[in-house]
Amino acid sequence: MNLQALEGSETIVFLDNLVLGAGATGMNLGDILVTLVTFLLLMALLKKFAWGPLMGIMQQREELVASEIEEAEKNRKESANLLAQNEKLVKETQANMAEILDSAKKQANAQREEIIAAANAEAARLKESAQRDIAAEREKAIEAIREEVVSLSVLAASKVLSKEISEADNSALIKETIAKAGELK
Amino acid sequence: MNHTAPEFTWQITDSFGLTFNLSTVMMLIISAAIVFLIAFVATRKLALKPTGMQNFMEWIMDFVKGIIQSNMDWKTGGRFHILGITLIMFIAVSNLLGLPFAIAIDGDLWWKSPTADPTVTMTLAAMILVLTHYYGIKMRGTSHYTGTFFSPMKFMFPLKLIEEFANTLTLGLRLYGNIYAGEVLLGLIATLGASSVLGFVGAIIPGMAWQGFSIFIGFIQAFIFTMLTMVYMAHKVSADH
Repeated sequence: MNLQALEGSETIVFLDNLVLGAGATGMNLGDILVTLVTFLLLMALLKKFAWGPLMGIMQQREELVASEIEEAEKNRKESANLLAQNEKLVKETQANMAEILDSAKKQANAQREEIIAAANAEAARLKESAQRDIAAEREKAIEAIREEVVSLSVLAASKVLSKEISEADNSALIKETIAKAGELK
Repeated sequence: MNHTAPEFTWQITDSFGLTFNLSTVMMLIISAAIVFLIAFVATRKLALKPTGMQNFMEWIMDFVKGIIQSNMDWKTGGRFHILGITLIMFIAVSNLLGLPFAIAIDGDLWWKSPTADPTVTMTLAAMILVLTHYYGIKMRGTSHYTGTFFSPMKFMFPLKLIEEFANTLTLGLRLYGNIYAGEVLLGLIATLGASSVLGFVGAIIPGMAWQGFSIFIGFIQAFIFTMLTMVYMAHKVSADH
């Protein structure tokens, strides 16, 4: 290089320091080897001690999340099924209840009618038997009075006989007694 | 600002040696250790009901999952989940490491973002592109894979070829450029702040502003890198392309 052609040698020195590999004599084969070995060794060590385990745990987490989502989906479907089943059950129960209530009402109505009818019949029977009793008692009383009248008549006759009364008085007495007895009848 | 890199060359044969930037090596290992510790501590007490740090980790996982799902269906993209999470966390932590301070000993810059080294970002980008080609062949078959270079028109082949290299280059250099530029500007502001009392007063506001912005850029670049990874991957493995 023709240095004298350029003015100011300091500038040249400065520029010279800024070129590639300032201060070094060309490419250093040793540096290339060291760089390669260092980088590849670092990569291998990191893979074994850091990235490998870390990737493992990240993979594990991914799987966990996936399985949790699946589980949740399954649970959701199951609960929807259960809900549908429950609704069906409730509807069925309501229908059954209405049916039972209806039949119970019908039965109660029928029973009421039956009881009223039975009570009416009983009342009629009781009334009839009471009337019959009354009639019988009346007959009995009349019979008793008749017997009494006869005995009274006998008594009156015996009194008359014992008193020695006249024919006229006698007949009058008998007539009177008979009349009395007839009234009583 | 003229820091050098603490380099170490392992001479295997007389003509062939492996050169290591010890600062980059150290920072890569620190980044990886921090990412591993965060992830390890956060996933000690795992529970189905996440708490604390587990929530944070799961948020990151879901975030990356979102990125993948916006590019391809999860059945195809699930296998890139771990790659995506590791990428986004590793790059984000790497980007942030250089922000609080820089440590230079004897002119050698030791503490910086590992992603402020183009070797690291280009390695990651190349690794991603190789992976996309691998999965493209594995999941769609060799004939389909070859076919994608000639579709929709045969004469597109050179463009398609350039696209692959352009993808790799932009993926790596975008990340490097953003982080390196951020650190250079932070370094300039720090130099200004250390120069004098007046300089300190002048530097504190832009310093805070740029650090806040760099945090934002750090996360955004991690997100972009992961997003583009999945976009390139989707181009190769998705059936609808």
